[in-house]
Amino acid sequence: MNLRAVQAIYMNEMQRFFRTILQSFVSPVISTSLYFVVFGAAIGSRIETVEGVSYGAFIVPGLIMLSVIMQSISNASFGIYFPKFTGTVFELLSAPINFLEIVIGFVGAAATKALFIGMVILGTASVFIDLTILHPVAMVLFLVLTCLAFALLGFIIGIWAKNFEQLQLVPLLVVTPLVFLGGSFYSTDMLPPVWQTITHFNPVFYLISGFRWAFFGVADVAVGWSLLAVAVFFTICLGLVARIFQTGWRIRD
Amino acid sequence: MAAILEIRDLRKVYDGGFEALKGVTLDIEEGEILALLGPNGAGKTTLISTLCGITEPTSGTATVAGYDIKTQYREARKLIGLVPQEINLEPFSYVETNLHFSRGIFGKPRDNAKVEDVLRKLALWEKRANRVRELSGGMKRRVLIGKALAHEPRVLFLDEPTAGVDVGLRKEMWDVVAELKEQGVTIILTTHYIEEAEAMADRVAVIRGGEILMVEKTADLMRRLGCKELTVELREPLAEIPAPLSDYDLELAADGLSLTYRYDTQADRTGIAGLMRAFSEAGIILRDLHTSQSSLEEIFVGLVEGEGEAQ
Ligand SMILES: Nc1ncnc2c1ncn2[C@@H]1O[C@H](COP(=O)(O)OP(=O)(O)O)[C@@H](O)[C@H]1O
Ligand SMILES: [Mg+2]
Repeated sequence: MNLRAVQAIYMNEMQRFFRTILQSFVSPVISTSLYFVVFGAAIGSRIETVEGVSYGAFIVPGLIMLSVIMQSISNASFGIYFPKFTGTVFELLSAPINFLEIVIGFVGAAATKALFIGMVILGTASVFIDLTILHPVAMVLFLVLTCLAFALLGFIIGIWAKNFEQLQLVPLLVVTPLVFLGGSFYSTDMLPPVWQTITHFNPVFYLISGFRWAFFGVADVAVGWSLLAVAVFFTICLGLVARIFQTGWRIRD
Repeated sequence: MAAILEIRDLRKVYDGGFEALKGVTLDIEEGEILALLGPNGAGKTTLISTLCGITEPTSGTATVAGYDIKTQYREARKLIGLVPQEINLEPFSYVETNLHFSRGIFGKPRDNAKVEDVLRKLALWEKRANRVRELSGGMKRRVLIGKALAHEPRVLFLDEPTAGVDVGLRKEMWDVVAELKEQGVTIILTTHYIEEAEAMADRVAVIRGGEILMVEKTADLMRRLGCKELTVELREPLAEIPAPLSDYDLELAADGLSLTYRYDTQADRTGIAGLMRAFSEAGIILRDLHTSQSSLEEIFVGLVEGEGEAQ
C-alpha cells in the first residue's frame, strides 16, 4: 500500500476545502437557518408533532442527510472530474499507485468534507431547537456510511462524466428527487398507500428512516433494514468502482 | 553500458481498431539521451504513454531496470518521470505544492530541501508561491519537468519538450536537458525536429507509422544524412574497378554496367570533378549519369512532409 500517495491525494483534495473553509462553513449555516424559518416555523406551527416528535426536530435528520448526500456526491465527482478536465490525471495514472489508493484518497476527502458539513448543520439546528440524540453511535455510523457510499457514487459519476453538464445531471435528475421523496421532511405515514409502496423502492428512504431512528428511536422501517440498505448500496458502488478500474473505463486508453 | 529500458515487440491497437504501435523493440542505455524522431501521428506519444502506464499495451513487454511495467508496475514507475506533451496542470494550484504532491504520489517522503533543489535548478524558486496560471508557457513546462523530477527518477520522458516554445526557450530547454544528463538521468525525448535531435541526443530512433525504422548514434546518422549518390552508367561493362579509380569510394554493380559514388553534399570538395578526370584517364566512356538522395534522406523528406498532419 502506497500510503504516502493516499495521503498526498487526500491532503491535496482537502486543501481546496481549507482554502474556502469560511464559505464551506457559512453556507450550510445559512441554508439550515432558512430551512428552520420556512419549515420549522411556518409549516411546523400547523403540524405540531410527527410520531411524537416536534416537527422542528423531526426534519433535522432529513436535513442533514439531504446536505450530506449532495455534498458527498458533488465533492467526489468534482474531485476526480477536475483532473480529467485539466489533464493532470496523467500523473495519477503514471504513479506507482493502484486503484484502491486513488479511491481512498478522493472518496475519503469527499466524505470528510461532507461529514464536516453534516456536523455544522447539526450544530446550527441545535441552536434552534432542543435536540437529544438517543443513539449517538448509530447516528455517527449512519452518517459516516452515508458519506462514504455517496462519495463513491460521486466518484463513479465523475469518471463517467464527459462534461460539466453530465456532472450535474445525475445529482439533479436522480439524487435530488430520491432525497426529497425519501421522507426528509415527512413521515411516510402521511402519504397515500400507493406512494407509501413506491417509497419503499427508494434507497434513500431507508437511510433517512434509520438516521431518524438514531435520533428519536422512531422509524418508518426497522433499523436493521436501514443498515442493510446502506451496506448494500455501499457494496454496489464499491463493486462498480472496482470494475471501472479493472477495465480502465473512461480513464485509460 | 547496460540497458535500463528494454522494450520488446510492444503493440498498441486503440479501441477504434487503429494500430498505433506495430511491434516496437528498443533498448535504451543507462545515462544516454535518446531522441524519438518522427512526424506527427508516428506513435511517439503512444509509445511513451504505454511505457508510463497511461495507456494499456495490447501485447508485448517492457522493463525498467529489470522491472516489468505491468506485473511490477510499482517498482518500475518509481524509476520513471514523465513530462507530457500538453501543459497538463491545475491552473489554480501553487508551484511548490505541485512538486510536493508529485513526490507524495510517487511514495516519497516530504523533502523540502529536495523540492527546493529541483525548483532552483529549473529557475522556478522565485515563483514557488505563484499559482500556475500566473506563469508563462515556458515556466509552466518547467513546472511539469519539476513535477516529473520531484521523486528523483532515473529515467525521464520528455514528450515534445520544445513544441510551441520560442527559440530562446528552446535553447534553455536544451541546457536543462544537458544538465540532467550530467546528473546521470536517462532521457528519452520525442521531437519532430531533426536539429533538436542533433543538438541533444546521443542516439536517435526514427519512428514512423508505429514502427521504429532505425536506431543510430546521432553522429553517424548526421554523417549519413548529408549523403548523396552519383550513379554512373557505362558503355562497356567492367569486371573490376580500375586502378586510377581505387582512391574513390565506388561500388560496382553486379552487371558491371554502373558505378555508384557516395559523397557528402556539405563537404567543401565533393570529389566529383576529380572523379570525372579519373574516368577519362582510365579511358572509361560514360553513357549517362544521375544523382539521388540516400534512402535515409527520403525518410527525412517524408518526415518534413509529415509535419502538420493531424496528430
Ligand atoms: N486515444 C486514441 N484513440 C485512437 N487513436 C489514437 C489515440 N491516441 C492516438 N491515436 C492515434 O495513434 C496515432 C499515433 O498518435 P501519437 O502517439 O499521438 O503520435 P505522435 O505523438 O507521434 O504525434 C495517431 O494516428 C493518432 O491518431
Ligand atoms: Mg505526440
